[in-house]
Amino acid sequence: MSNRELFIAFWTILVKEIRRFTRIWAQTLLPPAITMTLYFIIFGNLIGSRIGQMGGFNYMEFIVPGLIMMSVITNSYGNVVSSFYSTKFQRHIEELLVSPPPNWIILAGYIIGGSVRGLLVGLIVTLLSLFFTDLYIHNFWVIVSVVFLTAILFSLGGFINAVFANSFDHISIIPTFVLTPLTYLGGVFYSITLLPEFWQHVSQINPILYMVNTFRYGILGVSDINIGVAYAMIIGVIVVLFSYSMYLLNTGKGIRQ
Amino acid sequence: MTTALSIKDLRKVYNNGFEALKGISFEVQEGDFFALLGPNGAGKSTTLGIVSSLVNKSSGQVEVFGYNLDTDASKAKCELGVVPQEFNFNMFEKVEDILITQAGYYGIPASEAKKRSEFYLRKLGLWDKRDGPSRSLSGGMKRRLMIARALMHEPRLLILDEPTAGVDIELRRSMWEFLREINAKGTTIILTTHYLEEAESLCRHIGIIDQGTIITNTSMRELLQQLNTETFILDISPAQTECPPLDGYQATLQGDHTLLVDVEKSQGLNQVFAQLSAQGVEVTSMRNKSNRLEELFVSLVDKTLGDNKKGGSDDE
Repeated sequence: MSNRELFIAFWTILVKEIRRFTRIWAQTLLPPAITMTLYFIIFGNLIGSRIGQMGGFNYMEFIVPGLIMMSVITNSYGNVVSSFYSTKFQRHIEELLVSPPPNWIILAGYIIGGSVRGLLVGLIVTLLSLFFTDLYIHNFWVIVSVVFLTAILFSLGGFINAVFANSFDHISIIPTFVLTPLTYLGGVFYSITLLPEFWQHVSQINPILYMVNTFRYGILGVSDINIGVAYAMIIGVIVVLFSYSMYLLNTGKGIRQ
Repeated sequence: MTTALSIKDLRKVYNNGFEALKGISFEVQEGDFFALLGPNGAGKSTTLGIVSSLVNKSSGQVEVFGYNLDTDASKAKCELGVVPQEFNFNMFEKVEDILITQAGYYGIPASEAKKRSEFYLRKLGLWDKRDGPSRSLSGGMKRRLMIARALMHEPRLLILDEPTAGVDIELRRSMWEFLREINAKGTTIILTTHYLEEAESLCRHIGIIDQGTIITNTSMRELLQQLNTETFILDISPAQTECPPLDGYQATLQGDHTLLVDVEKSQGLNQVFAQLSAQGVEVTSMRNKSNRLEELFVSLVDKTLGDNKKGGSDDE
């Protein structure tokens, strides 16, 4: 296929993905908006006003970056895992398998599709947060780069989950039992400096901590971890997940008999 | 003549150890209408699955118009259109979107894809349904949608895995006409079907696969010539109480108006009519007792089964 044909194939998958989550916007875009608004009201306003300062900022200012990242993570992951698993389940993955695009185009289409949903939800949550607090921009490029890389990383995670899933239960196990605890323990609601030293070290093996703190650094200019280490870790994990996803596609694991 | 599909020593062993294909080889020439027949579980769908890249082969080689599926997959896939046995499109998508999306996978721009989708939707009687979700289509319409989808990139080789399963006779015949038409325009077609009448009516070459092995691969004409005896059903008048004697033929009276006559390949039917006429018996209509291909198919598959059973007892 020529470069133009490859781009058309990629664009087709991407548009299909965007069309899917916008068609069911009441299931994909509305719930995170409502959930995050409740977080802002309950944790930010009602409880937060009694907590006082966190990391040198009032509690609402502190949790907003974490909540935006949380919505990006869950929606990027959720989009790809449910979309690709449905594609397998309804067997229209076969439309792609019989077609000429190479596997990296198929993967790129799904990953960017998931990232677009993650970023769109992140934008919606950001706009909602403006009703509750002022939003600072400490470093625009850190904000943009880390949110984009995080969306890609979790889209890849969702893809791998979907490849291995054999039932709809399997696509909810990882988000429920792995992703949610890691997100809640990843510094969204607190600074890890509040934890005893042992648990601070334990927290540092949680990759979500790095993404949340890097994003918070981009907005507020404060972070519990080294930003350079965070970027290296995020990019390293993306390379590993991308390579593994390509291996799964090339061998046909879960999609070819 | 160009070879549209070349399969060499193709083997497939599934993870559970079942050997679905035991090293089959065959070729289909460009422009042919080829039937791949076999009983359930014979290996037809596995073969077509490997050609369509839906099933991983264990070993062997597949080439589509000279493009190797291992080393030149992208070009091979561009030459190939697949109509699977099961519905495999997104039931929530609009009919037209399914076609335009499929064209996009082949790098066809949306403007060209829209033109082609209109052509095929009109051709296959689905134009009025283009804006509805595909799940709202009837079974026959869904089959036609899959044919339209497979043709969007205008492949030179079209594979149809039981395209008329569950389709009513009127629609089946209109689909036959459509397939004949695209074959006449140059598209090579490979068809699997359980309706042997369909294969006999449409196809020029035939491969019969059984238990993972090709047991016959020949032209339809040559295959049908292997049939030594055909049974004809004659509706006769007036009513008979005994079977009229037919010198040189085996005949049986069924009821009082129906005569079953076995006619060998070397014999003609004229003698039957002449002898009946001489006895004052008129033939009002005539038909084959069963489909000729069906008789051959059953005898070939039974023979393989018998050989295998014999082989099994020798081992013991």
